[in-house]
Amino acid sequence: MSRIKELFQQKKNNILNVYCTAGYPQLNSTVPVMKALQDSGVDMIELGMPYSDPLADGPVIQASSTQALANGMTIATLFEQLRGFRQQIYVPVILMGYMNPILQYGFERFCQDAADMPIDGLILPDLPEYEFETEYGPIMQRYGLNFIFLVTPETSEERIRRLDSLSTGFLYAVSSSSTTGKDKDMNAVNNYLQKLQDMKLNNPVLVGFGIKDKATFQQACEHANGAIIGTAFIKALENTLDVEGDTKKFITDIKS
Amino acid sequence: MTTTTKYQQPNVQGYYGKFGGAFIPEMLHPNVEELRSKYLDIIYDPAFQKEYKALLHDYVGRPSPLYYAKRLSEQYGTQIYLKREDLCHTGSHKLNNALGQILLAERLGKKRIIAETGAGQHGVATATVCALKGVECIVYMGEKDIERQAPNVARMKMLGATVIPATSGSKTLKDATNEAIRDWINNPTDTHYIIGSVVGPHPYPDMVARFQSIISEEIRGQLKEHTGSELPTHVLACVGGGSNAAGTFYHFLEEPTVQLIAVEAAGHGVHSGLSAATTQLGKPGVLHGSKSLVMQTEDGQVVEPHSISAGLDYPGIGPLHAHLYDSGRGVFLSATDEEALQAAFNLAKKEGIIPALESSHALASLEFLSPVNAKKTEAPIPAKAMFTKDSTVVVCLSGRGDKDMATYMKAMEGK
Repeated sequence: MSRIKELFQQKKNNILNVYCTAGYPQLNSTVPVMKALQDSGVDMIELGMPYSDPLADGPVIQASSTQALANGMTIATLFEQLRGFRQQIYVPVILMGYMNPILQYGFERFCQDAADMPIDGLILPDLPEYEFETEYGPIMQRYGLNFIFLVTPETSEERIRRLDSLSTGFLYAVSSSSTTGKDKDMNAVNNYLQKLQDMKLNNPVLVGFGIKDKATFQQACEHANGAIIGTAFIKALENTLDVEGDTKKFITDIKS
Repeated sequence: MTTTTKYQQPNVQGYYGKFGGAFIPEMLHPNVEELRSKYLDIIYDPAFQKEYKALLHDYVGRPSPLYYAKRLSEQYGTQIYLKREDLCHTGSHKLNNALGQILLAERLGKKRIIAETGAGQHGVATATVCALKGVECIVYMGEKDIERQAPNVARMKMLGATVIPATSGSKTLKDATNEAIRDWINNPTDTHYIIGSVVGPHPYPDMVARFQSIISEEIRGQLKEHTGSELPTHVLACVGGGSNAAGTFYHFLEEPTVQLIAVEAAGHGVHSGLSAATTQLGKPGVLHGSKSLVMQTEDGQVVEPHSISAGLDYPGIGPLHAHLYDSGRGVFLSATDEEALQAAFNLAKKEGIIPALESSHALASLEFLSPVNAKKTEAPIPAKAMFTKDSTVVVCLSGRGDKDMATYMKAMEGK
């Protein structure tokens, strides 16, 4: 059974998934940040692979990517850093990234190396469903990697059902049609999450975009299995001199 | 006019051969899907065509002349015609597309227009059509380009547009495009994004090519008046993203006797590290929503190109052109900054026309293709691309040089 599936079997509510950028704030911060997140009680980690042109991300996460690239982060370096990381990290880890760097690395080679780590799943926001179904999905499947689709408040019910049927692991509910790091109208978000909940989807649902503190996390968790925090955590690591301490403080504030 | 559409149109998923598609985040899906499902019905609606054609005629000033360049023809020992897109309102072919898209946006009920721009030509064209229609216009432009292209920034502002600097990444055209796409993600219902080139997710490459295809439609008719035949032997155009080339090639794509010659910007030289010759340096990848050739590092990070011409300074190329390159249907050449400058001064002196730096790259390639004293190139040019004295060569003069006077003045000081 996949680590993600196992997590959702053991825990139905208040699942906290935190995003961090590989190679940020320092090149070698990747595993220490993940360890600090796990030790602070995070249930799942979304690890971003930096890209020069991250369309779906807002300025804060892009700046962390730019920093990580300047630090020398590459996919090959990331896999070197992750080799053996399962000796200390047991929570599910999902790699998030954009198609271009992965195509250069070689899509199948990427899936093979990710599965070797082992990584549990992938989020590739610019991989559309047609290309997923015809070309890339079967490769991920062959290596046992979950693939998580995004849905937004603008996604039709029919399309939500379809993306739910293609997703494995969970469904990523973007809280409003926007890039990461924007404040959201939580009432509209609630109605949308209620709709998702009423649809009784196959996959568990995690809410992302606009979750930044204890209040927004709890609100998201009322209608979903949990939530994903990205921008707010990256901000907390800006100029940090104590990755471990600041990570713990950030997560403790949310879970308190 | 043409019977097959081997090259002209992408397949239903937006692919030209192995290039194209719509690699977009889910947040963009409703916008792009709305466009995809409606653009052909809207564009080919008779009322749309009537309004578009009338504005092309009365407002843009079309048809643009096809001019037989006698002294240039003598110089290169062949028959050369210039398609005068430089005489269009706002100074380039960019208005053909901006005008088509504003009419489309109006019919989609959009109240807000966004655009990206590099040199500012597409930004000015978009600001112009927004003023024409009284619609809010926001243009994203790299912070560096805003500094380099002050006159066009002023023109956009005078036309009522808001110019927002793109401060992320390399602060140039590719980042302005990223910011425009993000704006569209954040404003999914009331906004239309007027992309300026044959790039972006399907249906943009096809839609922009159709709006620019007026160029080759006119060439066919005009050439028949000049020579008695609709078909030239060679058509030449510069390529950054490739919108003027797409328009110039469009109605010749399925005519195998017509050589399609695309000229990229080699900057300081293709292999100098300061170049924008995407087909020579790029690898298949995904940029701004489509699969195409992309200039990138070994790790798949998009690199910053270089060209003296801001309009060709783009690390990608439209998927149609990637397919023309890959299939061999098109011949891809490149001209350096220096060669483009020389071609600009040559045209000014020989024909009394000051061309845009972009178009000067297409003019520079005449040197390599001429039957008399052809300049040697690094890579050999296929024989079919070379002119004879009886060739009928059409060069798209995509824009005029007013915007480039600062660069030309600097070049004159250096002489």
